[in-house]
Amino acid sequence: MMYDENKIIPMIIIFVALVTFPLWYNLGKAAPKPDPKIDTPVIQALQNKQCIEPKAAMKTTHMKILDEWRNDVVRGDYSRQMTTADGRVFEKSLQNGCMKCHSNKTKFCDQCHNYMEVKPFCWDCHIAPKETN
Amino acid sequence: MGINRREFLRISGIASLWGLGGRAAFEILKPGVLEAQTREPLSKAKKWAMVIDTRKFKGEEDFQRCVDACIKAHNIPKVTNVRQEIKWIWKEQYENAFPDDQNQFLPEGMEHKPFLVLCNHCTNPPCVRVCPTQATFKRPDGIVMMDYHRCIGCRFCMAGCPYGSRSFNWRDPRKFIKENTNLEYPTRSKGVVEKCNFCEERIAKGLYPACVEASNGAMAFGDLDNPNSEVRKLLKENYSIRRKPSLGTQPNIYYLV
Repeated sequence: MMYDENKIIPMIIIFVALVTFPLWYNLGKAAPKPDPKIDTPVIQALQNKQCIEPKAAMKTTHMKILDEWRNDVVRGDYSRQMTTADGRVFEKSLQNGCMKCHSNKTKFCDQCHNYMEVKPFCWDCHIAPKETN
Repeated sequence: MGINRREFLRISGIASLWGLGGRAAFEILKPGVLEAQTREPLSKAKKWAMVIDTRKFKGEEDFQRCVDACIKAHNIPKVTNVRQEIKWIWKEQYENAFPDDQNQFLPEGMEHKPFLVLCNHCTNPPCVRVCPTQATFKRPDGIVMMDYHRCIGCRFCMAGCPYGSRSFNWRDPRKFIKENTNLEYPTRSKGVVEKCNFCEERIAKGLYPACVEASNGAMAFGDLDNPNSEVRKLLKENYSIRRKPSLGTQPNIYYLV
């Protein structure tokens, strides 16, 4: 026997419904898969479309590369350029390096970052290239 | 089989003796070789300094040209509220720039004469000493540098700097950068301290600082450690003063008066 079951049981049902609200509200509404684009005019004009490292490595380690570059340029050995394994030279810079080719921040960076809910603070200071849509 | 206890002690004794002496031997025979192998040399021994010939600043326009060049190069926000101003290089009256030097009687016009002031890139920078995160630090070439990624906005450096060369971003600076954004250089974010960086991004490309370039020869920039540099020649031929020398910060901005 339970005291006040006519109050407690409805409240439990309301509580469970509220807690699970995000689950059933979003049921069947999967967020669209991120679709990053690398088809900027600069990249299309390139002979060798290879980034500084193979695509798979860039996908998993670009944040580490950017972190290393930042430390090198600002407070490390003050080197501002890097050479890829096949001898091409690039500027160690987000704004003056990466974004010179990948000039489509919304399609290149934001697609995955938004999907993964990561919020890097790069763009608080660094200026993204102007995009024309 | 193997070695006995006596043999083991003998070998390890010799080995540790060699280990103790080995480093010393290296230091005597080839000094610096061990250090060089463990750390890459950063840059050539240099000490950047600036000489400002205040006699060549005639009118308002001469000052504004230098200040504007800096604002444009570094996306410095124009905050109108004086308590939240962001200043890298600006104009200051003689009596405020050189408060140590107050003679009762000064040459006509000197007391209120404007001077360009900026971060002194001190040899002994108090801001570096007080920074709890090492967000500001002294580079081997003498530049007092800021790592904005590391700044936590505690403003100890602003309290430490006796020249008022540091400004805090009380508000998002992007809102105050209207025109002429330099897309090659970042802005700063709300909550960090900023200051003159001696145009280290231009020096890296072999360019002179933006203010020096805009000054039409009224400012000189060079290596204080090189006796043949422009700055050393100017300091040799002219009497120069520095701001608040009694504090012992050893400023690297020299003023010819």
